[in-house]
Amino acid sequence: MDGSGIIRGLLIPLKHFFVTYIDDLKWLGKKYFKPEGISLRSSAETRGIFTVQYPEEKLPVPEEFRFIPFLVYDEGQDGSRQIRCTACGICTKVCPPQCIWIERHNDAETGRPVSTPVSYTIDIDLCMNCGFCAEFCPFDAIRMDHDYELANTNRYEHDVLQLEELLKPASYYASIRPENYTREEVRKAEKLASKTIKTTEMDTANPN
Amino acid sequence: MNDPVDSFMNFDLISRYPGLVKKDQRTGYSGYIVEADCLVQFARAVRDELGFDYLSMITAADYYPDDLMDVIYLLYRTTGGPGILFKVQVSRLDSKVPSLSSIFAGAELQEREVWDMYGISFEDHPDLRRILLWDGFEGHPLRKDWKEPLFEEDSKPYKDRWPAGKHKRQEDLNPFKNNVSYPIGFEPEHFSSNNEKALYDALNKTSGNLNGSLKTDQIIVNLGPQHPSTHGVFRMAALLEGETIIDLKPVMGYLHRSHEKIGERNTFLQNMPYTDRLDYISSMSNNFGYALAVEKLMAVTPPERAEYIRVIMAELTRISSHIMTTGFLLNELGAMFTPSLYALEERELILDIFEEVSGSRMMCNYFRFGGVVRDISDSVIEKIRKLVFNRLPRKIDELDRYLTHNEIVRLRTEGVGVLTADEAAAYSAGGPLLRASGVPYDVRKAEPYSIYDRFKFDVAVRYHGDIYDRYLVRLDEMRQSIRIIQQAIHDIPSGPVMTGKSQYQPKVPAGEAYGRVEGPKGELGFYIVSDGKQNPRRYHVRAPSFINLTALSEMSKGEKVADVIAILGSIDIILGEVDR
Amino acid sequence: MTEEKLNTSGLEIPKELENVIQLTTLDRIYNWSRRNSVWPMMFGLACCAIEMICTAASRYDLSRFGMEVMRPSPRQADVIIVSGTVTKKMVPQIVRLYNQMAEPKYVISMGACANGGGPFKEGYSVVPGIDKFLPVDVYIPGCPPTPQALLNGLITLQKKIDGESISKVRWYQKNVEEGIPIPVLGPDLMDPRQYDDISRFGRIQSPEIVDDDHIKNEELDENDTGVAS
Repeated sequence: MDGSGIIRGLLIPLKHFFVTYIDDLKWLGKKYFKPEGISLRSSAETRGIFTVQYPEEKLPVPEEFRFIPFLVYDEGQDGSRQIRCTACGICTKVCPPQCIWIERHNDAETGRPVSTPVSYTIDIDLCMNCGFCAEFCPFDAIRMDHDYELANTNRYEHDVLQLEELLKPASYYASIRPENYTREEVRKAEKLASKTIKTTEMDTANPN
Repeated sequence: MNDPVDSFMNFDLISRYPGLVKKDQRTGYSGYIVEADCLVQFARAVRDELGFDYLSMITAADYYPDDLMDVIYLLYRTTGGPGILFKVQVSRLDSKVPSLSSIFAGAELQEREVWDMYGISFEDHPDLRRILLWDGFEGHPLRKDWKEPLFEEDSKPYKDRWPAGKHKRQEDLNPFKNNVSYPIGFEPEHFSSNNEKALYDALNKTSGNLNGSLKTDQIIVNLGPQHPSTHGVFRMAALLEGETIIDLKPVMGYLHRSHEKIGERNTFLQNMPYTDRLDYISSMSNNFGYALAVEKLMAVTPPERAEYIRVIMAELTRISSHIMTTGFLLNELGAMFTPSLYALEERELILDIFEEVSGSRMMCNYFRFGGVVRDISDSVIEKIRKLVFNRLPRKIDELDRYLTHNEIVRLRTEGVGVLTADEAAAYSAGGPLLRASGVPYDVRKAEPYSIYDRFKFDVAVRYHGDIYDRYLVRLDEMRQSIRIIQQAIHDIPSGPVMTGKSQYQPKVPAGEAYGRVEGPKGELGFYIVSDGKQNPRRYHVRAPSFINLTALSEMSKGEKVADVIAILGSIDIILGEVDR
Repeated sequence: MTEEKLNTSGLEIPKELENVIQLTTLDRIYNWSRRNSVWPMMFGLACCAIEMICTAASRYDLSRFGMEVMRPSPRQADVIIVSGTVTKKMVPQIVRLYNQMAEPKYVISMGACANGGGPFKEGYSVVPGIDKFLPVDVYIPGCPPTPQALLNGLITLQKKIDGESISKVRWYQKNVEEGIPIPVLGPDLMDPRQYDDISRFGRIQSPEIVDDDHIKNEELDENDTGVAS
C-alpha cells in the first residue's frame, strides 16, 4: 500500500493521452469527416479519439437497423402508386404493443374486402421498434425505416403516422436495405416464373 | 419439467407425509403438491436431508375462474443438478400460506412480491408490506379478475385494430384522461397518505448504540429514488447512527411497469421483445431464457448453427454487461467517469455487432422459438473474431492493470460488504455475488443448457465475498466468456438457423415450464404456464437483480453510508429487472 | 461544430474591424449563450437512461454541445431529460424535481414511454406520457432512441431556444407561475388538480356512463323519491 499501484494504474490514461496524438498524426487528415475515418473509428482497430461528431458526421446504420415502420409502394410506369399493403391485418395481430390500426372496407357490389387499406395508422408513441410487423408481412409491404431524426415539439401532431406519411417508394426501400430488397425481388421473380411455367404446362396439357 | 427427485434419490417424500404430500398429476405439470400445514416441515426436510439448499423462486399462479391459486416453490442444490418443484394450493378468497423466511432468508422479498401481486398472505413473515406498488394501492393486480384502468381485452390481438381500426388513445376514454381509476365512493379530500410510516416502522431500531458511553441519536436517511449513483430509480431507507448503518430497507417499484400482467395478455411471441426490456443492458440473455422456457413446452430444439449463434451472443452480452458494471463500480467509488468511458468504448463495439445482427443496439429481439431471426454473415463473424481474439483480451487486461492494484480501490472495497458462502446461498444470491462468496454455482455448469457442455471454461470463484472479489470475479468471467466465444467461433457449423418456419402464433401445449440461463446478473429464469391457448396463463420472471437485493440489508449493516453505494454497485442491479 | 456567426443585425462591419467588433441583437446573444450551456440533470429512469449515458460517453460526447455537465442537483440543471417509463410511483418525485429546478427550465421527453406510455402504457402502474404532468418542450420518438436520435432532440431544443425572445419568455413575466401540484399516491395516482372530478365520478357505478346530464338526472331522481315519501 505504498501508492505504486495508483501510479502504475495512472500510466494507462497517460498512454491513452499520447496515443490520441500519435494516431491523429498517423491518419493525418483522413480520420475526421470522411467515411473511411468513421468506419475506422468503429472498427476493432480504433485507438485515440473515438467520438463521431454527430450532426456533421453520422455513424452509418447497418442494413438491419430498425426504427419506425413504413409502408412500401411500387411506382408504376405512368407514375401511379401501387400500395403493396393488402390490409390483411397480420401486422396488427402480431404487434406486441398493438400500435397499428388498419381500416379495411368491403366492396359495395361484391361484398368482398377491398385489397387496399382505407386508413392505416401507427402510433409511434406506442411502437417498440421490435420489427415483428416487417418480419411477418407476407407481402413485403411494411418495413422498418432507418430514419431516426424524428424529434419534434408536439407529439399530438407528429407522433401518429397516417397512411400518407407512412408511404415510401420501393426505390427508397432499395436504397436503405439493398440486400434485403434484392433477395425479395429474386424470390418474387422465381415465384412468378414458377407460376407462369405451371400455367403454360397446364395450357399445353389442356389445349382446349 | 422432469421429476428430478425420484430419478436419483430413493427418498420417498409422499409416504413420509401421508395425505399431506402428493404428486402434481395435471397434464404437463410436475413436482409435488404440499398441504399448507406441513409446508415448513417439508421444506426443512428437503433442505436438510435432500440438500436442496438454494431457494430459487417463489411465485404464484391464479387459476380463475376456479377457486384455486398455486404458490410455487423451486429449489436447487448449490452443488448442481436438477431442482425440486413443489406447490401449495390455496383458495382465492382466503389465501394464507406459512412463510418460509425462517428457513430460507431469500424468501423474504419474493414472498412480499407474491403478497403484493396476488394478495396471498404469508404467516409469520417478518415484514409483509407491499413491495412493487405502494401501501394503500387498491387491489392485487396479477389476480386474473383484476382489471386495470386502460383495460381493453383479456388477450391480444385486440379486435378493434382490424378490420375497422380507428386510431384512439386509450387514456382519452378514461374520465380523468389518464391511466387511473378509483374505488366507488372514494373522496380524495378525506384521504390522508400514510404509506411511508410502515416502512420507517419496519426499520429495526434496537441494535444501536455502538459507541457505548457516548449517546447518539439515530436518524433515517433516504437514498433515492433520485440519486446520482443508485443505478436508476432505486431507494434505500437507511437508519444511521453517526455514519454507521444500523438497518437498511430497500424500497423498490419505482420502475414497476406491469411486465407480468402485460406478459399474460400477450401471445407467446409478443413477449419476446418485452423480455428485452427486463435487464435492458443484456437483452440477448433475456431472450435466451425466455426462448428456452417456451421451447421446453413446445418441445423444439434449434439447429446447430443457431445454438452456436445463441451462445456467442449471450457471452458477448455478458462481457458488455460486466465491463459496464466494472466501469460504473468505479464511478460509485468516486473515479468519476474515466474508467466508465474506457468500459463504454468496448461496450459500443459490442453493441455495433448486436445492431448489425439484430437491428437494434439494446433491444435485440433476436431469438425465436426454435432458432434465431436471421443468420450472421461472414463479415460479422470476422468482426467478432477480431474483437475476441485481439481487442477485448487486451482491453480487459488493461482495465485489470489500471484498477486492480490501485490502493484507493482496494482500501474502499476489500472487506466491505462481506457475504459469507452460507449467507449467500441462504439469501438466494446469484451470479457473481454468489461466486465471489466462494460458492461455485453457475447454471452453465450446474445444469448445462443449450450447448454449454461442449465448451471448456472455468467457473470463476473467489472466497472473500467482498466488493473487491466481486469485481475480480467479473474480470475473470469476462475472460472465460472470451474463451467460450473463441471456441464457438472456431467450431461454428454452417446450416439453417431456424427449425421449421417462424410462426407468429405458435402452438404451445398446455403445461408448465421453467427455463433458466446464467445471465450476467445471476440465474435468470422464466416460469411459464400455458393452458393451450395463444397467450400464457402465467408468465413469471425469476429476476436475479431483484433477488440479489435481499442480501443488501445484511451486507450493509455496520458499514458506512458511502460504502452502501459501493455495495449496491457491486451487486449490479438493473432496475428494469428488479421492478419488472 | 460549424463556426457560428453572431453578427445578425444586418449592419456592415468594415473589413479591418471584423475580428474586433461584433454587432448582434440582445435576443440573439442571450439565446446563443443559453443554448450552448444547457446542463441536463443527472436523472435517468429506465432503458433510455442507458442510451443517455452512452450519449454522454466518448462516442457521442455531449460536451460538444456544452451539455456534459450533468448536475445531480435540480437547482443547477437547465433541462430534465425524462428518459424512460414514468411509473405512478415515480411521478410525484419527478414533479417535485421539476418544481425544484430554477427557471429557465426545459423538459425533454425521451423515448416512446415518456412520450405516451410506450409499450407499457396498458399496464396498471404506468403514466401514459409525462406531458400529463410536465410541460414538455421536445419529444424524441423511438424505443429506445439511439444516441444520435437523442442528440437530434437536443439540437431541436437548441433551435427552440433560438426562437425565444427575452421580452416574451415566461420567467421574466410579472405573474410567475406557481409550481405544479405534486401528485399523491392514494388507491391510485391522484392529481390534486382533478380532486373535484375524482369525488364527482366516484359516486357513479361505472366510469363508462360518465356525462354531466346523467349525474344531474340521478340527483333529481333522488330528490323526487324524497318528496314522494
